Amino acid sequence: MITATNIRKTFGDFVAVDNLSFQIHSGDVVGFLGPNGAGKSTTMKMLTGFLEPDSGEIRIANMAIDTSRQAIQKRIGYLPEGAPSYGDMTPIQMLNFIADVRGLTGKHKRARVNKVIELVDLEAVLDKPIENLSKGFKRRVGLAQALLHDPDILILDEPTDGLDPNQKHQVRKLIQNLSKDKIVIISTHILEEVTAVCNRAMIIASGKMLFDSSPQALQAKSKYHQAVNILFDDLPAVEVFSALKGVKSVEVDEVNCAVTLIPENAEDQLGTGLLEQASAALQSQGLTAKSMYVEQGRLDDVFRELTEEANLS
Amino acid sequence: MNHVGVLFKREFSSFFATPVAYVFITIFLVLSGIFTFYVGHLYERGQADLLPFFNFHPWLYLFLVPAMAMRTWSEERKSGSIELLMTLPISTLHAMLGKFFAAWAVLGLSLILTFPLWITVNYLGAPDNGIIIAAYIGSWLMAGAFLAVGVCMSALTKSQVIAFILSVVVCFLFVLSGSDVVLDAFKGWVPLWFLDTLAAFSFMTHFENMSRGVIALNDLMYFGIVIAVWLYAGLLVIEQKKAE
Repeated sequence: MITATNIRKTFGDFVAVDNLSFQIHSGDVVGFLGPNGAGKSTTMKMLTGFLEPDSGEIRIANMAIDTSRQAIQKRIGYLPEGAPSYGDMTPIQMLNFIADVRGLTGKHKRARVNKVIELVDLEAVLDKPIENLSKGFKRRVGLAQALLHDPDILILDEPTDGLDPNQKHQVRKLIQNLSKDKIVIISTHILEEVTAVCNRAMIIASGKMLFDSSPQALQAKSKYHQAVNILFDDLPAVEVFSALKGVKSVEVDEVNCAVTLIPENAEDQLGTGLLEQASAALQSQGLTAKSMYVEQGRLDDVFRELTEEANLS
Repeated sequence: MNHVGVLFKREFSSFFATPVAYVFITIFLVLSGIFTFYVGHLYERGQADLLPFFNFHPWLYLFLVPAMAMRTWSEERKSGSIELLMTLPISTLHAMLGKFFAAWAVLGLSLILTFPLWITVNYLGAPDNGIIIAAYIGSWLMAGAFLAVGVCMSALTKSQVIAFILSVVVCFLFVLSGSDVVLDAFKGWVPLWFLDTLAAFSFMTHFENMSRGVIALNDLMYFGIVIAVWLYAGLLVIEQKKAE
């Protein structure tokens, strides 16, 4: 378990992290979101013992990080921002080095090294100097070293940055397949990633916690949550939809010939209320829709609203 | 202490992977050859000893050792790998020692590779090999002191160039403070104790004793303390500003 209590970190006049408190339990896969400079990386650096908070306390597995730094670091696998590594080493030398530092020996060491090579698919570049590798491979070397000792706590700062869509998919799979009693914290700019792999989303901006709940709850904050989206070949008159019960407003996208019915109260519409009404209306008007679906919510909008509010206040 | 060994291994092989070690050793051997034969006139002196070789070591080290030391921490800062290193379950002291000993070992290796000179003087005459061994030990210790200064300077900055310049300047002061130029300039108008203290701070004073075959405890202690103090200073610097 990770407990952060009122942690604060400043760099000169700049407050990077401002009285942040949270608890993370085993099994939590936390997506750490926030605009650039929000304090995500700084928080991760404090959790991993690279930076000390100016004030506040961090306890991990019932140990305080300022007194038991090394014992805590043994249990953490960390991918720092930008996946730095030793450019002159090859991936296999790097992994062996990390394994030695982590105290892995003999058969177990070989087995773990081979395992992570397989997990992140490094076989092809094992003997090339890391500095000559592509961004994607560098990132994977960073991931491999973080996973090497099969840590209870995995802290990954932008693990999919610089990866192509296939590699992103692979990394997400990898995170999903980790055993369920681990703590995983990933920071990302990609909001879909949070819904794809995380069971908890934390949004911070200007060093403050703005949101801390499930990704579904984050989607529910969107006005498009449970909105019904209908696509047409030719845009019909939309008055018929705005007259429907429970519709707050109707948005028309003329370019794509789409109509979005925004519900008054998303919770009331759970199930198919609005969708049924809309299809009934289509039938009665003799309209054919190309497609029709219920939206989960637009995370980009929620994210923007939350973080811009924070900047204004 | 196991961590020191692991770090040592990594750093040592890194010296050979980025061909820093090869370049260093080659230049060291070529320069020490030039100094010994052309400037020190090893043959013309007609004496079977290696004084002309060892006499130039402080000046050789003055530029070569900072060049070797400059990357130790600067590169970690520049590439960001310091964040990886410092979040591994390793203490900063162990990291520091591993790095220092690896570079010191390369310096030792360079010295060992000058063995043809030693064979030459033994072939030409009958030198006092005890003196030569003492001088080798002294030279290696002095190289360690230069290195400790360089490592500390490297801890200060991301820029290897700045680290290099700073350590050359600091090392230069340590070499110069015992030289005749400085001592003569102060002679006559400062108290004798000041002059002695100044000379006692110099690498030269302590190295000269050893290059003549005198291994005295105070010279050993001097280099030991210089190394410890500079490494400790570097340690504090890293602890204080590792994230900058």
